[in-house]
Amino acid sequence: MIDKLKIENVDLYYGEFQALKNINMNIQENEITAFIGPSGCGKSTFLKTLNRMNDLIEGVKITGKILLDGVDIYKDMDATVLRRRVGMVFQKPNPFPMSIYENVAYGPKTHGIKNKAKLDEIVEQSLRSAAMWDEVKDRLKKSALGLSGGQQQRLCIARAFSVNPEVILLDEPTSALDPISTMKIEDLLIEIKNNYTIVIVTHNMQQATRISDKTAFFLHGEIIEFDETERLFSMPKNKKTEDYITGRFG
Amino acid sequence: MQNIKRTNFSENIMQAIFFLSAFISVLAVLAICLFLFMRGIPAIAEIGFMDFIFNEKWGPTNTPASYGILSMIVGSIYVTAGAIVIGVPIGLMCAIFLAEFCPDNVYKFVKPAVNLLAGIPSIIYGFFGMEVVVPFVRENMGGNGYSIMSASLILGIMILPTIISISESSIRAVPDNYAEGSYGLGATKEETVFKVVLPAAKSGVLTSIILGIGRAVGETMAVVMVAGNAVMPLDKIELFKPIRTLTTNIVTEMSYASGLHESALISTGVVLFVFIIILNASLSLIKSKAQRN
Ligand SMILES: Nc1ncnc2c1ncn2[C@@H]1O[C@H](COP(=O)(O)OP(=O)(O)O)[C@@H](O)[C@H]1O
Ligand SMILES: [Mg+2]
Repeated sequence: MIDKLKIENVDLYYGEFQALKNINMNIQENEITAFIGPSGCGKSTFLKTLNRMNDLIEGVKITGKILLDGVDIYKDMDATVLRRRVGMVFQKPNPFPMSIYENVAYGPKTHGIKNKAKLDEIVEQSLRSAAMWDEVKDRLKKSALGLSGGQQQRLCIARAFSVNPEVILLDEPTSALDPISTMKIEDLLIEIKNNYTIVIVTHNMQQATRISDKTAFFLHGEIIEFDETERLFSMPKNKKTEDYITGRFG
Repeated sequence: MQNIKRTNFSENIMQAIFFLSAFISVLAVLAICLFLFMRGIPAIAEIGFMDFIFNEKWGPTNTPASYGILSMIVGSIYVTAGAIVIGVPIGLMCAIFLAEFCPDNVYKFVKPAVNLLAGIPSIIYGFFGMEVVVPFVRENMGGNGYSIMSASLILGIMILPTIISISESSIRAVPDNYAEGSYGLGATKEETVFKVVLPAAKSGVLTSIILGIGRAVGETMAVVMVAGNAVMPLDKIELFKPIRTLTTNIVTEMSYASGLHESALISTGVVLFVFIIILNASLSLIKSKAQRN
């Protein structure tokens, strides 16, 4: 197994407040890694450090090292290059207020692809990968805001595919969706994981057990336990993990 | 018990005041419309609609008199278009700067300056135009300075605060998660602002432009001081030559006009009013379209 991301001694402060405490973990290629834990424990914060979305927030200070294929993403990589390689899908579906086509074509266009045929191909490919080509192929010119919540989120996943990323980060991507949409997205993630590295924050422990290979349990900005998903849920080593997964708090 | 009664009483009073205020506003609009149309329409009928709107000859004191305002309609359209060409790009760039790029310590100065621009009376703009803009145009661009160009420059500045403040607030109102989505794809700040945030603020930006047009079309005092006010035959209208607009036609002649001449000036006001109604209708259209999305 190849370590796609190596996280070494990462601390993160929002001003005075320390939101992440000494995070160490390796995230492996072609696996789904899940982050679980009660809300406010730092899952989203940590996810955002992986593609430097925290750069956009004022007063954030990060120490430690995060390596993507061995390269320090905070020292030796441009944020725009990093975010192209490490894509992100947000908790609330956020398609741009444009057509479905333009939503998916936006990323490649920004990265300099102007050829119409090439863009058409990327749009189709991305929508196919997100398993929604057949649903939307006849309405590509329609506004993306007319789609249902579940479709919007899959469009956002297609949009993430469009720039050909290596890692995809998803922050509770199904928390606003109905069970059928949720299932579609879960199936999709399992299907594509052979070609990507996937990191997913989830509030839902069943979801973690259904789709992930490894799971990290966060609490108060720390990783309490990180293990094979099966082992973590069946034989947690830490008392706090056990309390959380058996529903005694959180 | 007494308390309840008092509340009801004061509530009723408040309601009456609200109603009265709304009633007075509506009454004012109705009274103005009534005045304009009652005085203006008969004159248009007497002159003949086609002769009034599509004739370029304005000579109320000639014999026989002629009352064509086409030259002023075109004049109003030209100075307004000029104002838009000058004011919209500058205003929009300024709004984008203020909303997205401006450091706090610069914002502290620029924002009040823009607000001040909005509060300056039009007579002051007019003076500035006469003393600074007109000589500048005369010396650097040609003609005697009193011109479409000067009027456009002054109006372009006058509509800046409208364009800037409404565009800025509509850019700020764009949800952050659109920008996040764009950054998440590896876009830069500039790409995000111009390709995602600005298009998302489109309806607010359009609104600001239309309100700017309304301000420019209706502006009188500043224009009369810099435009030269000569009625130009259509084929003689040029950028660096004088021009008369609908508003300046009224203000230049109202003091001595009487009879059909006076009524024809009020009819000029009717035409101006129709312009404003069209602008307001397009505003409602934009709003309802924005709501549907
Ligand atoms: N932009 C921010 N500024 C200050 N504090 C923040 C910010 N974002 C999150 N936090 C704080 O950091 C902690 C972790 O938040 P978050 O990563 O969103 O948790 P989770 O995703 O696990 O629910 C919380 O205490 C939260 O209040
Ligand atoms: Mg979160």
